[in-house]
Amino acid sequence: MSAVPISYYLVLSAILFGLGVVAFVFKRNIITMFMSIELMLNAVNLAFVAFARAHDSLDGLVFVFFVIVVAAAESAVGLAIVIMLAQNRQSLNVERINLLKL
Amino acid sequence: MLLLNHLWIIMALPLAGAAINGLCGKRWPQSAVNSVALGSVVLSFLAAAETVREFLGLATGQTPFIGNYFTWMVAGEATPHPFRVDFALQVDQLTVVMLLVVTFVGMLIHIYSTGYMAHEGGYYRFFCYLNLFMFFMLTLVMGANLIVMFVGWEGVGLCSYLLIGFWFLKKSAADAGKKAFIVTRIGDFGFTVGILLVFATFGTVAFGEIFSQVSDKPVDVLTTICLLLFAGAVGKSAQLPLYVWLPDAMEGPTPVSALIHAATMVTAGVYMVARMNPLFSRAPAAMLVVAIVGAATAFYSATIGLVQTDIKKVLAYSTVSQLGYMFLACGVGAYGAGIFHLMTHAFFKGLLFLAAGSVIHALGGEQDMMKMGGLRKRIPATFWTMFIATLAIAGIPGFAGFFSKDAILEAAYSGPYANRLLWGLGIVAAGLTSFYMFRLVFLTFFGEPRYDEHKVHVHESPKNMTIPLMVLAFLSIFGGWFAAPKLVGGVDYFEKFVAPVFAAYAPPVAEAQIRVVDPTLVPAVPDSSPAMDLLYALAGWPVIVGVLGLLVAWWFYIKRPDTPKRLAESVHGLYTLLLNKYYVDEIYAAWIVRPLLWISTNVLWHVVDEGLIDGTVNGTATVARGSGAQARKLQSGNTRSYAAWVILGAVGFTAILFGLLGVAH
Repeated sequence: MSAVPISYYLVLSAILFGLGVVAFVFKRNIITMFMSIELMLNAVNLAFVAFARAHDSLDGLVFVFFVIVVAAAESAVGLAIVIMLAQNRQSLNVERINLLKL
Repeated sequence: MLLLNHLWIIMALPLAGAAINGLCGKRWPQSAVNSVALGSVVLSFLAAAETVREFLGLATGQTPFIGNYFTWMVAGEATPHPFRVDFALQVDQLTVVMLLVVTFVGMLIHIYSTGYMAHEGGYYRFFCYLNLFMFFMLTLVMGANLIVMFVGWEGVGLCSYLLIGFWFLKKSAADAGKKAFIVTRIGDFGFTVGILLVFATFGTVAFGEIFSQVSDKPVDVLTTICLLLFAGAVGKSAQLPLYVWLPDAMEGPTPVSALIHAATMVTAGVYMVARMNPLFSRAPAAMLVVAIVGAATAFYSATIGLVQTDIKKVLAYSTVSQLGYMFLACGVGAYGAGIFHLMTHAFFKGLLFLAAGSVIHALGGEQDMMKMGGLRKRIPATFWTMFIATLAIAGIPGFAGFFSKDAILEAAYSGPYANRLLWGLGIVAAGLTSFYMFRLVFLTFFGEPRYDEHKVHVHESPKNMTIPLMVLAFLSIFGGWFAAPKLVGGVDYFEKFVAPVFAAYAPPVAEAQIRVVDPTLVPAVPDSSPAMDLLYALAGWPVIVGVLGLLVAWWFYIKRPDTPKRLAESVHGLYTLLLNKYYVDEIYAAWIVRPLLWISTNVLWHVVDEGLIDGTVNGTATVARGSGAQARKLQSGNTRSYAAWVILGAVGFTAILFGLLGVAH
């Protein structure tokens, strides 16, 4: 089994994370922003898995499971909020969701 | 031993009365307020009388009787000299006199007030304050240490303030209340420092413990303590130079003037000096100061009393003058005589004020003697009682004031600290006293009416006002007869009764002096037989000047009513000076009040308060608001800018980890 060097995984993970960050900051649609959060989470997951493999340790895998669980819970809650927002404001533009501002 | 073991009951009763009337009296009818106020004071008097009866049954070794109820304050228990104050009350011969005077005169004045104040607003408030005053006055005279005494001392000052300003809507009354409070505060500052110095010197504030170690202390420390304590007495008892509040205090209702500003509170200073006699007796310089201040005040305020036309003002200056006599007595070492005069003065001056109140009541509020006259037949009960009190204060033989004033002047002439000059001042003041008091009586009750008879309906006061007058008149005659046997070579029973208080810790010098005269007598009781001729000669002088004052007043105001006017014109300068009370109020205003006001306004207010204190507070607020205004821009409400901050933070944090902490080697 030819081993792909860990640096490949890490570079891919960094690229995915960077894309996620850029998308989160520049996109206005709340669902797109949601997706970019998922992208960042999974980029981190990728890094964890790669390290776990490289160090032959289970710790990283355990972490990944937790991240997946939390991400699932978060998307359940988050999407519910998005639905309520869409119903009440007829818009998914985050720039217009600023009611909590002083 | 029933009440002697529960001394607190005597003072708790008026306190309960004050609390009940103060909390519920507003909604109650006058009769209910009356029964609470009178009931508490009458019960308090009965309790005091029973306590005295039990006290007199004690053996000699058991006095003073001290009831220690609980430890009130403790500080520095681990140190060698902890500060410890017990709530302790004591009864000795001096307290007995004060207890009976305060509760009995207080009771009579409460009864009188139910008539005098019947048509006034704030009826319940008046009796609440009056009962509260009784409580504090009893605390003052029963306290077994300086701190409990001080509580009473300040409490009566508070009640005095409240009652002077009883008609607080009247600006002059409110101002007079403030003046009384602030002027006495100057003296009380000295008193407070004196108490601290007592603690620093003796390591205790309880009277008995102080007195038992008084012999080992240096004279200059004792002198300082005495002068500081005396400063408090000067303020409270309205002596030179702090007497200015008492004449103004006449703005209060007349029963208040009688109870607080004649019979009881203003004599607290005399009581305190007499109580602290072991210290004073060992500080001859302080004694001299006390005697000089007393004699000077007696003379000085008597001269002002000569020309005043407000009936209550005359009595106020007379009170200041008589208090001067009491201090003269203490200053020449005759504490017993001072307390004796305190007691007789409480009777006749209380009576004079109450009678003056009855006159004012009869004339519908008129206080100017120039608008009175001819009232003798219209209000006979008031006239006769007031006439008796006048005879008493003038020192006419047979009346109470004669015995007590005589005892003081005799001590000033031949006592252990005799001072002929002060004796002379006292004699002159006695003549002046007699003159202005008979002037008051002649102007008020004799001659032609000078009020508008069609407008004023003159009427004798109701029974609840005249009966206290008669009781006090009785005491103004017979209240001094304890000393009567002395005139025929017997013993002055009053002095003999209070002597243990003053003899217990008397300095050895004075005892030696007394023993030289007659070794068989109890110390501090003056000799009786060898100096009888001298005594008769001395008793002559006050009587002569007293009768002289009467005759001059009679000549001036009945025989030749135009004399005062001609005399006033011929010595116009002196007359104006006296009429304006030596311009002391004006001098104080110019030299003390106005500079203080200027400093308060221009330095303390505009610079310190507005600049420093407000500046600090406002400056802090400005900084907080400014930085808040900047920081709040971060909270844009824009989700993506928050995200950008999070990322910036994460990047920055990572940079610090890597760069500063060297995680990556």
